[in-house]
Amino acid sequence: MSDLKVAKTLDTSGLSCPMPVVKTKKAMKDLEIGEILEMISTDPGSIPDMEAWARQTKHDLVESYDEGNSYRFMIRKTH
Amino acid sequence: MDDKPKKLALIASQGTLDWAYPPFILATAAAAMDWDVGIFFTFYGLPLLKKDLQASVSPGSNPAMPMKMPFGSKGFQSFNWPMPNILMNNVPGFEAMATNLMKKTFKNKGVATIEELRDMAIEMDVSMIGCQMTMDVFGFKKEEFIPEANIGGAATFLEFAADANVSLFV
Repeated sequence: MSDLKVAKTLDTSGLSCPMPVVKTKKAMKDLEIGEILEMISTDPGSIPDMEAWARQTKHDLVESYDEGNSYRFMIRKTH
Repeated sequence: MDDKPKKLALIASQGTLDWAYPPFILATAAAAMDWDVGIFFTFYGLPLLKKDLQASVSPGSNPAMPMKMPFGSKGFQSFNWPMPNILMNNVPGFEAMATNLMKKTFKNKGVATIEELRDMAIEMDVSMIGCQMTMDVFGFKKEEFIPEANIGGAATFLEFAADANVSLFV
C-alpha cells in the first residue's frame, strides 16, 4: 500500500466506461495543485484509460494497483 | 496547460438507443481529457437533442444485435438469444421489450443512461449543434430541444471540424 497522502478519494465501483474518467476529471477540480486524488474502479478498462487520461490531461498518474476485483489509482494534480 | 486543447468533431446521425451511445461516450471521455468537443446532430440523430429523450432499439434492423436477458443465472444472462426476423418484425411490442431489456442490461453493467451522458456532456461544455435542415424536414421546433442546443447547418459544423484532431461520423 502506498504512503502517499491522499487529499480526496473517489470510488467509481460498479461504473463502466466512460464514467471513471469523467468522474475523475470532475473530482480533480476540488483539489489544489500537488494534492493526490485516489480513484477506485472496478472497470478493467480503467487501467489503460487512466493511463491515457493522465497523458492527455498532463496530470501525474503516480501509482496504480491491480487489486484483483478492483483497481486503485493515485493521481497528482499538476495544473 | 498552455498548449491548445485537442479537438474532437462528431456527427451523430443515428437516433436508436444503441447508436446514441458512441457519440455521447466519446464526447464525454474526450471532454474529461480537456479536449474541445463538438457534436453535429443530423437526420435520425437530431432527436437526441430533444428535451424528452425517447431512444429505443430496433432489433429488426440490427441483425448482429445480441439479445441478452438482464435477469436469471449467469449462464442464462450470457446466452445469446436467437431472434428470428419473423418474430422481431411481427410481434407487437417487440421493440419496446427489446429496448427495456437493453436498458436493464446496461444498468446492471453500470453503463450510464443516455440522459446521464448527455447531462455530463452539457456540464463539460460539449458544443451541440442541431441540424436546421433536419428540423425543417421532420418538422421539429426549437422549443422541443434542450436549451444548450445550437441550431446550424453543415457550414457551422465544418468550421468547427476544420481544425479538429479527430473527426468521426457515427
